[in-house]
Amino acid sequence: MTADGGVAEDEEKWLAAGITGLQQNAFYMHRALDSNNLKDALKYSAQMLSELRTSRLSPTKAFDELRRLEIFFLEETRRGCSIIDLYELVQHAGNILPRLYLLCTVGSVYIKSKEAPAKDILKDLVEMCRGVQHPLRGLFLRSYLSQVSRDKLPDIGSEYEGDADTVMDAVEFVLQNFTEMNKLWVRMQYQGPAGKKERREKERSELRDLVGKNLHVLSQIEGVDLDIYRETLLSRVLEQVVNCKDELAQYYLMDCIIQVFPDEYHLQTLDVLLGACPQLQPSVDIKMVLSRLMERLSNYAASSAGVLPEFLQVDAFTKLNGAIGKVIGAQADMPVAGVVALYSSLLMFTLHVHPDRMDYADQVLGSCVDKLSGIGKVEDSQATKQIVALLSSPLDKYNDVNTALKLTNYPRVMEYLDLETNKVMASIIIRSILKNNTVISSSNKVEALFQLLKGLLQDADGDHDEVDEEDIKEDQNSISRLIQMLHNDDPVQMFKILNIVKNNILTGGVKRLPHTVPPLVFSSLKLVRRLQSRMESGAEEEVVSETQKIFQLLNQIIEALSNIPVPELSLRLYLQCAEAANDSDLEPVAYEFFTQAYILYEEEISDSRAQVTAIHLIIGTLQRMHVFGVENRDTLTHKATGYSAKLLKKPDKCRAVYACSHLFWASDPDGVRDGERVLLCLKRALKIADAAQHMANVTRGSSGSVTLFIEILNKYLYFFEKGNPQITVTTIQDLIALITTEMQSDSAIPDPAANSFLARTMQYIQFQKQKGGSISEKYEPLQV
Amino acid sequence: MNYLLGAFKPASHISIVFTDEKNRKKVPIKKENGQTVMALLFQSQENIVGKISIEPVQGKKIEHNGIKVELLGQIEMYFDRGNFYDFTSLVRELDVPGELYEKKLYPFEFSTVEMPYETYNGVNVRLRYVLKVTISRGYAGSIIEYQDFVVRNYSPPPSINNSIKMEVGIEDCMHIEFEYNKSKYHLKDVIIGKIYFLLVRIKIKNMDLEIRRRESTGSGANTHVETETLAKFELMDGAPVRVPRSRYETMSDGDIILELKRKREDDFITHQPSESIPIRLFLSPYELTPTHRNINNKFSVKYYLNLVLVDEEDRRYFKQQEIIMYRLAEDSS
Repeated sequence: MTADGGVAEDEEKWLAAGITGLQQNAFYMHRALDSNNLKDALKYSAQMLSELRTSRLSPTKAFDELRRLEIFFLEETRRGCSIIDLYELVQHAGNILPRLYLLCTVGSVYIKSKEAPAKDILKDLVEMCRGVQHPLRGLFLRSYLSQVSRDKLPDIGSEYEGDADTVMDAVEFVLQNFTEMNKLWVRMQYQGPAGKKERREKERSELRDLVGKNLHVLSQIEGVDLDIYRETLLSRVLEQVVNCKDELAQYYLMDCIIQVFPDEYHLQTLDVLLGACPQLQPSVDIKMVLSRLMERLSNYAASSAGVLPEFLQVDAFTKLNGAIGKVIGAQADMPVAGVVALYSSLLMFTLHVHPDRMDYADQVLGSCVDKLSGIGKVEDSQATKQIVALLSSPLDKYNDVNTALKLTNYPRVMEYLDLETNKVMASIIIRSILKNNTVISSSNKVEALFQLLKGLLQDADGDHDEVDEEDIKEDQNSISRLIQMLHNDDPVQMFKILNIVKNNILTGGVKRLPHTVPPLVFSSLKLVRRLQSRMESGAEEEVVSETQKIFQLLNQIIEALSNIPVPELSLRLYLQCAEAANDSDLEPVAYEFFTQAYILYEEEISDSRAQVTAIHLIIGTLQRMHVFGVENRDTLTHKATGYSAKLLKKPDKCRAVYACSHLFWASDPDGVRDGERVLLCLKRALKIADAAQHMANVTRGSSGSVTLFIEILNKYLYFFEKGNPQITVTTIQDLIALITTEMQSDSAIPDPAANSFLARTMQYIQFQKQKGGSISEKYEPLQV
Repeated sequence: MNYLLGAFKPASHISIVFTDEKNRKKVPIKKENGQTVMALLFQSQENIVGKISIEPVQGKKIEHNGIKVELLGQIEMYFDRGNFYDFTSLVRELDVPGELYEKKLYPFEFSTVEMPYETYNGVNVRLRYVLKVTISRGYAGSIIEYQDFVVRNYSPPPSINNSIKMEVGIEDCMHIEFEYNKSKYHLKDVIIGKIYFLLVRIKIKNMDLEIRRRESTGSGANTHVETETLAKFELMDGAPVRVPRSRYETMSDGDIILELKRKREDDFITHQPSESIPIRLFLSPYELTPTHRNINNKFSVKYYLNLVLVDEEDRRYFKQQEIIMYRLAEDSS
């Protein structure tokens, strides 16, 4: 014995010596075998096997030799040596280890000879093996026994089949060997000095398959039916598992049981199997065990639809749920992550097996909430990860957030997440919706959904940290996309939904509103248009009041936005709304929106570039408005032209002013058509262009571009074509002349863009001339 | 064989032939010089019949004062070597005094000879049966020839044969229970038994079952006791219970005799599941004899089963228990 020495070098030496001894004796044994010398064969095989006793030799090599010996014994019996005598003879060996190896070897031949019932011999062997109580050597010996006996069990249909209880005999034998092996395996950890515990545990886990193999053998016994499994086998195995009180063994063996026996057996014996779980050591990773079980059962359920009734019959779900509760109850210090993981796998199970039973899923979440309550927010990152997994699984399974929204406990679980994770979870939910194009159509669901998304919609209390702009943008983008996914064909319902969205997003704060308001606005406007189309089919009053309500809503929303302030955005939205109101024939509403837009323009938009953009938007929108009465229209138009004239840069001013000309010439022939004022605008624009030219001359010494003039020329041509009587051939002719002069003046700098612009314009005139019809007639007098 | 013996006697050639020599079983017997020879096997109450042939060396005549054959049962103590104690002595006169010129055959017969003791070859004592042929001569010294034979006596199976059951241990340290299926075994018997470990706080390395023979010779103050271990049979490798740490430090460095314990409901016994180790020891490979009690007040041979537990410091803990050995008639064993 190396005793406490344990130096690696020493051990190696021992090992080498052991191997040499083994080989030497094996050699002599072979010689004895070859010369049919039984006595020597026994002697040397015993000596060879003794090497197993003194060293930590792996016995595989010796096992091979024993194969040869077994063949020899077999031949020996054919030569007339009584197997019974042989069976006794090997037991004369004084050392127990060689004795028992030889006994197993001869026993194997004995069974083959059928001179005694297999069960008796096996029983004797497994009993005699008790003599080796050294854990490692005992394990190897018994695994040898298991190896030689595997094909000799008195199983049904086997050639060694015995009397009525034959299967039980086979089971009993394997069970006993298993039990003893497990005891040895468990005891292994107490061998040797305390300091090397880690190494021993490693060694032990390397040996676990020797023990587990027995369970595999049990599962291979043909004659084991459900009754035997339930009544005897499982309870005996579990008894051993529970009683061994060893973490490593319990975990491994539970897993083995789950993996080697058929699913339908598990299903039918769930009570028993689950009953063992709370009795395991607290350190055993039961959640892995249970989740493996549930995984297997899920797969089983998925394998064929025919097995589902079985699940219902045994009420698998309730049992699993109960068991998980008990396990958590029994293991008081189980980490939160473990608890959640358990429920997560249960949820997976029920989703797979009972996809139609939402109540089950909800029950799982409810149980989870119960266990979480009293803990407060979950901070542990492992646990939060598990919660996210838990919450994601219904989404993944159904690809439809609607189902998740039906789970009343879903938001309750989510509440336990910390802020960060809550956001993550919310994003997952949104992604799922977007990925699957899920349309969410009821106000209740929308409300529920926005409850879940709270994390993304608001700054939480105490969340004063600087949040990454990018993140916010991304989150809010997805929210925006989400808003577009909310839809209900019934306008009343849809309006409710919009209201809910509004209530939820308005508190979003400076960073979120610019992202969330526009989609809501457009979503609302979409509804307005839908209402309009309904208008044509009657129910006018109702529609009008509905529409008005929507506009009120819109007003509130945009107002919230303008308070931030993001005036440009608000202005655009106001104008959009105004146009929608126009289409709905709601003059006061449209006017109000315009007013709001103007106020914004006046009070908030001071950047000249922004002003230019804004003024063009205003003009464009206003041009299309037909709902206004003269007075309102005048007011607005007046204001717009006024703003245009006040722009800072001359070219901007010029462009704004000629754009204003459109305000007096509606495209609709029934609308306003005030040719004089159009001309007035254009003339003013020309003046401004001229002034701009002058200014350029003065400040830079060269005249500016004539582009503005050409642009104005195009306007002239436009109105000329539209039939504005104030625009005559002469006026156009004059303008062309003016442009030509300007371009040829000394101070003009050649501007290819302007040149080609003019050339294109001229070409257009030529084209119109040759086109024929009334247009050509109109153009005819024009001299180019 | 017989003529070989005769070769040492130059004067004559004496050979002893048993009548049923051809059919009678022979068993090996150890001579003083260590040689093993085969000798005929008899049992008590048998007739010992045969012929003695005496052939003088060529051309010589033997003058004698008479020829006799004796059947002797002798006990020889080795500390008193050469001094035989005859517990049986039968004589047959073969010839009256006279002269012998040529080979002559003398039939002899001892009928239903009482041979109560078995042939025994021990450490300090030997019990043997011998035929002694004496040609008495006055001056030249007698010519003597010996012929050993073996006696074995058979017993019927005992009518009462209880098992041996015992609880032994050391207070708070070890508590085991063992059981041997019988208290009386025949020579080819099998010892079947079990050992139960009820409490072990010693790191047991292995456990052996020994068969010990205790031969005591002489009597009173002159008693010599010799104990031999005839079999050392390993019953267990390792120990069936875990010992967290060595809680027990024995005072003694030597062997420790396990005390007899009364059965009691120790807490530990109820808590620790008892593990049992099987015993199956075939006696046939060992050279055992029946138990001999007080043979003619000269010696006794007793057998013991010794259960030995060895701990990691090679201390031995043991309990010895006598068993009775008997010889069962071969055909029924």
